[in-house]
Amino acid sequence: MNEPLISFRGVGKTFQADDKDVEAVRDIDLDVARGEFVTLVGPSGCGKSTLLNMTAGLLAPTTGTVRYNGRAVDGVNRHTGYMTQNDHLLPWRTVAANIQVPLEIQGRSRAEMRDKIQALMELVGLLGFEKSYPAQLSGGMRKRVALARLLAYDPETLLLDEPFAALDAQLRLNMQIELLGLSRRLNKSVLFVTHDLDEAAALGDRCVVFTARPGRIRAILASPLPRERDLMRLRHDGQYVRLAAELWDMITPTLAATRGETA
Amino acid sequence: MNRRRALAGRRFRLQLYRLGMAFIFIAAWQAASGPLIPEFFISKPSAILASLRAQVATGNLFFHIGITASEAFVGFALGALAGVAAGVLLGRIHFLADLLQPFILAFYSLPKIALAPLFILWIGIGMTMKIVLTGTVVFFLVFLNTFTGVRTVSKELEAILHLMGASERHVLTKVVLPSAVTWVFAGLRISVPYALIGAIVGELIASNKGLGFVLANASGQFDTAGVFAALLVIMMLAFALNALVRFAEIRLMPWKTSGAQLDREITI
Repeated sequence: MNEPLISFRGVGKTFQADDKDVEAVRDIDLDVARGEFVTLVGPSGCGKSTLLNMTAGLLAPTTGTVRYNGRAVDGVNRHTGYMTQNDHLLPWRTVAANIQVPLEIQGRSRAEMRDKIQALMELVGLLGFEKSYPAQLSGGMRKRVALARLLAYDPETLLLDEPFAALDAQLRLNMQIELLGLSRRLNKSVLFVTHDLDEAAALGDRCVVFTARPGRIRAILASPLPRERDLMRLRHDGQYVRLAAELWDMITPTLAATRGETA
Repeated sequence: MNRRRALAGRRFRLQLYRLGMAFIFIAAWQAASGPLIPEFFISKPSAILASLRAQVATGNLFFHIGITASEAFVGFALGALAGVAAGVLLGRIHFLADLLQPFILAFYSLPKIALAPLFILWIGIGMTMKIVLTGTVVFFLVFLNTFTGVRTVSKELEAILHLMGASERHVLTKVVLPSAVTWVFAGLRISVPYALIGAIVGELIASNKGLGFVLANASGQFDTAGVFAALLVIMMLAFALNALVRFAEIRLMPWKTSGAQLDREITI
């Protein structure tokens, strides 16, 4: 067995909020292999995003260690790229100029940037919108731009925090198909946080289920689906339906337990 | 296409109504002056026009406009420049901002115009004094707006840029400064009338040239028409300065004015 790309060992994180401590996650042990697509699900506030932050080196764990490629993560981890529910495009830059940001930072030549942008625009299906401003695009198109910008600097690992949560069902399916295809083709490792259990079952090679706060790993379900899968037809795939149902059965008791808090 | 024509028609009618209103107001003023209200208080449009024409004929008016405009413009530019620089600096360096906060607040609460006598002691009653006064007024407005703009840059966005390999300089030039531009312009826009306040109050207090002097001089001679004429010119100067800021805004922030979003549906 190869060494894992990302490995969490006994990881815990406690935040100081006002005068009381809030424990976000506790005792996390998790390995992610190179090229693996791992989905993280669990009730709100169970620290899934905290794990992504620690992988990116934006937060340090309170206990335990996070290792990336064998080395403890210490400071910003530039092998990772982040995408959240908010696309964080720069409104004063056109689509092409937005995708160009990471290339400018890398100090690429003008010709190189032009070719790369052209290739990325084609990859995410945005040809013809180079000169548009983000405010002129629909939510789905903005997501594509954000994805293209993410791929522009070619990070090894994609950290995606509910990236498609704000999209409607059809658009989301489209984006899922594209993301899965791209991550396979480019052999990216993906940590994907979502609240949508069907999405978690459809995309993951493995689904990690968390408990309510402090988040601990409750179960890790390996997907019976093949790596290359047709998301359009999953709805009629017995294995997928069983996996999704299993996730639902695990999450619903915690939902019932937290309902009193939120109501 | 039809909708666009309807819109143009509506705009044309609006302009027509505006012109009509202005005409009625001026006519009423002309008629009321004398029979209803003593001309000494409100003068009359025809007298104001005559006063303007006389001052234009001697060429004096343009001299005074030039003085006030340069004071306002130079003061505005210097104050804005310093305000942006200080706003970015304190916006990025939290320690410095925390350290200076009470002092800045103390200065901010002081009406800047009250500093005029001090400036006269320091640098006399020439144009420099008006420029410094204007600059001081503009500085605070632009500084506060820039500071807010720099502070509202999303931490998440900064983190995303750092993951791309960005240095502090990259974050500053690619995110912080451009995103502060909107705020800077908000500051500049509200600064325009204040820049004129600085210049004109400075001239009212101590001067022998500029529109503030023209204003004070006319008032001292009980020349109501001259006072109104000076006010009219000051108003036009403010208009021109506003238009200048607006023009710079459109040129520097094309993403704000690209119209495509006007035609998009809104879903709630």
